[in-house]
Amino acid sequence: MTVSQADATVSPEGRKLLGIWETAPGIFGWLATVDHKTIGIRYLCTAFFFLIVGGLEALVMRVQLAQPELKLLSPDAYNQLFSMHGTTMMFLYALPMLSGFSNYLWPLMLGSRDMAFPRLNALSYWTFLAAGIFLYVSFPIGQAPNGGWFAYVPNTSLQYDPGINMDVFALGLVFLGISTVVGSANFIVTLLRCRAPGMSVNRLPIIVWGTFTASCANLLAVPAVSLACAMLWLDRRFGTHFFDVAGGGQPLLWQHLFWIFGHPWVYALVLPAMGIVSDALPVFCRRPLVGYTLVAISTVATMILGFGVWVHHMFATGLPVMSLSFFSAASFVIAIPSAVGVFCWIATIWTGKPQFTTPFLFFAGFVMLFVIGGVSGFMTASVALDWQLTDSYFVVAHLHYVLLGINVFPVVGGIHFWFPKMTGRMMDERLGRWTFWTMFIGFNAAFFPMHVTGLMGMPRRVYTYPAEMGVGGLNLLSTIGAFVFALGVLLFLLNIGRSLRSGPPAGDNPWDAPALEWSTSSPPPVYNFATIPQVASRHPLWEERLGETDRRSILGDRASTGMVLDRGKETIGVTPLDAEPNVVLKMPGDSLLPFLLAAGMTVLFFGLLARSGWAIGAGGLAEIVILFLWLTPRQFAESEEVALHE
Amino acid sequence: MRRLLALFGLCLLPGGCARAPLSYLDATSPIGGAIASLGWGLTGISVGVCIIVGLLLVVAIVRRRAAADTAIGPVNDRLALRWIGAGVGVSTVVLLGAAIWTLVTVHSIGEPPRNAPLTIDVVGQEWWWSVKYRAADPAREFETADQLVIPVNVPVKIELTSRDVIHSFWVPKLGGKMDMIPSRTNVTWLEADKIGDYRGQCSEFCGLQHANMAFNVRVLSQADFDVWWTRQLQPAAGSPDTDAGLNTFMVRCAACHTIRGTPAGGILGPDLSHFGSRESIAADLMPNTPENLANWIDNTQTIKPGVKMPELHMLASEVSDVTSYLENLK
Repeated sequence: MTVSQADATVSPEGRKLLGIWETAPGIFGWLATVDHKTIGIRYLCTAFFFLIVGGLEALVMRVQLAQPELKLLSPDAYNQLFSMHGTTMMFLYALPMLSGFSNYLWPLMLGSRDMAFPRLNALSYWTFLAAGIFLYVSFPIGQAPNGGWFAYVPNTSLQYDPGINMDVFALGLVFLGISTVVGSANFIVTLLRCRAPGMSVNRLPIIVWGTFTASCANLLAVPAVSLACAMLWLDRRFGTHFFDVAGGGQPLLWQHLFWIFGHPWVYALVLPAMGIVSDALPVFCRRPLVGYTLVAISTVATMILGFGVWVHHMFATGLPVMSLSFFSAASFVIAIPSAVGVFCWIATIWTGKPQFTTPFLFFAGFVMLFVIGGVSGFMTASVALDWQLTDSYFVVAHLHYVLLGINVFPVVGGIHFWFPKMTGRMMDERLGRWTFWTMFIGFNAAFFPMHVTGLMGMPRRVYTYPAEMGVGGLNLLSTIGAFVFALGVLLFLLNIGRSLRSGPPAGDNPWDAPALEWSTSSPPPVYNFATIPQVASRHPLWEERLGETDRRSILGDRASTGMVLDRGKETIGVTPLDAEPNVVLKMPGDSLLPFLLAAGMTVLFFGLLARSGWAIGAGGLAEIVILFLWLTPRQFAESEEVALHE
Repeated sequence: MRRLLALFGLCLLPGGCARAPLSYLDATSPIGGAIASLGWGLTGISVGVCIIVGLLLVVAIVRRRAAADTAIGPVNDRLALRWIGAGVGVSTVVLLGAAIWTLVTVHSIGEPPRNAPLTIDVVGQEWWWSVKYRAADPAREFETADQLVIPVNVPVKIELTSRDVIHSFWVPKLGGKMDMIPSRTNVTWLEADKIGDYRGQCSEFCGLQHANMAFNVRVLSQADFDVWWTRQLQPAAGSPDTDAGLNTFMVRCAACHTIRGTPAGGILGPDLSHFGSRESIAADLMPNTPENLANWIDNTQTIKPGVKMPELHMLASEVSDVTSYLENLK
């Protein structure tokens, strides 16, 4: 049933490829690797670490809010915690987590040997890690960012926030933006060029559609926030007046720049996760996704519409009613592609044969949470109603249903799903089911009551609230729910730890899934595929049984007549739409340059933070030297002639 | 229907809205009520959608199938796609309806009435509200703080701005939020249909004491309101030479606070003229009683950490002098 393939340990071809592709041993190899699988797993682990950090911050806040007028935290400590919680989850967890999936999975799903720019890939990870550390550097000295993840001016201007708190925030986001943009460019080019022959755009897994769409959006959206943060930093430290009222600046300019970035960003955080569900849920329904084309189109449509709704974060800022009405209507319209997705997933379950595995539970749970988060979004889309809802706990409920429901649940389900591929071992099913129910019940107990506290008028971002508001009981329930949810996360980590050591061996394709990544071994060899697969349908491993076409993909052993590309580190490049092979791509080997470039950038940004000319100079100079080395062309003439076995 | 829904809501909300002073779904005022109707409508649609989709999902999962069949086979999705089309079509109609309802509501409440008989300026600042009553006759204008007093059944135009960071003006039972942005003046309006007290709250994060930046709206009959206004115009009696409380106030408090009719003219803190007639102190943090006021003066930074008012370490006799002086400014 599963397609067997060349085993690296026996086949001479595999041994040769291993020699070409394997990362060097030791600390050098650890710092210099450009293997997308290693980078992907690093992304996943680092992002999960930040999820735990942000979660612990949330738990401390939940204790403070468990009852009215508690005094566990000072207002200042609370403000730092909620700001870091938001910043961590939005920037250091949600997108990097999805980048981890995509980094690991893309070349395997697309039938390539690596991403288009492996060194940029490594740079993107190291920069993310360095920016994450940078954003936390002032936390231990009690000077962490304290103006919220949205950092509204003038509250974050030097006059009202004189510490280094918001300098860390502003520079940290510019720093992190480099990682995001570099990663996004890499995804876009990878999709356009680095696929197996035959992997045309109508055969792409939906997570690829999701990440590609999100990456295009990031290229357009991230510069807005990087610019805004740079302007904030200049206002704070160099006396410019972009946002400074006294100098004729406009506080609302910040909000526009921030939300022109912020709202597309929110979709970038969910579209790839919805892709995880669209790809993995059908496996447990034993059938292809219903409405593949509809889901792919609505993914793109959501993102395009997502650029036209940012003002719904600003309904109460006193903009003209006419423009508010436009943005309100646009915010209703954006629910339509989401409805398409929901109906497609339900139809897939309905017409399929559900297998109640842990990933299935997470994906089915996701559908319900998505609907609840969706309808609360529908309520906040209404400009008149939003004049009441905005900045209340209702919005806190909404955004957590959206971000945990559509990001965390698919992510945890996705880890259960691909863990066997990544490690070669299965995760424990019984513990997995316990994890799901604990997380699902804890999540709803924590966040559903927030709808009600919001409707009862509890404002957001308050460190305490008076007893007379009558929301003490519901807040206690939220706090208990948050701890139950945290217990679920703990069970998940326990399962990971146990399964890593003693999970049963998975085999190549334990779920009998249809996509290319399951045609190689678990874990995959460093070169992914001994011979480049040739794809003939959307479900290469199911095509015999689905009988949609007579054409057959050529995979694994059967691909022994295909392209081996063993004259150096090579993969195949294809035309953007139809995936016709047209070039052999020379891939770079291990390189310290990405790590060094990120390290130089770190020196530069710490220099900017400390406004130390010495550090800025050293960091800047290092960057120039490293970029020079990076961009120095190399000769591939001796290996230009490549044998294409047909 | 509204009443039925409201009843349903009361069962849903523990304790009910009656004890939730910021709850807006049971608002009856012209603006608050219009939004509440829309709110109940959209909540009803939302709950309905969740129930329908939830049921579809559950049925999809548990409906009867040939046991233990996991084989992959050919599929035909034509019927499923037709159902998806129907579902999306119905959703679109509902969304369109909700959008139209929203726009109609916005149209009815979005713009302040042209000839509102009363205009009040409210200036937000960390972490209190300066309130100025406008009048055609400048002699009848005056300032107060942390409280709005308005007549019942009269549309009141509110002009909002901020002296420092962005705040947001929100009296949930009377209407929606409107931000107070430095360098801009935003206009909103309120109209109360019932006499009573309503709580207002800052709803844009504004720093350390955002949580405790509230105010009180007292709605009076037109006659009572006129009396109240006239009384507010009366200067405070007494002079620092004869009144020990005022003397202490001049030494300890007047650099920041104003009391009309006395030499005290500071503008950094709230105007304290007619302080004794106010409902609450410290931006609606505590009821206005002599004990609370004395406690506030003694422990300002403990009660409201970070607030701009310093702890003055006044003698007990000074505290009691100032307290009784302020409480007598009716």
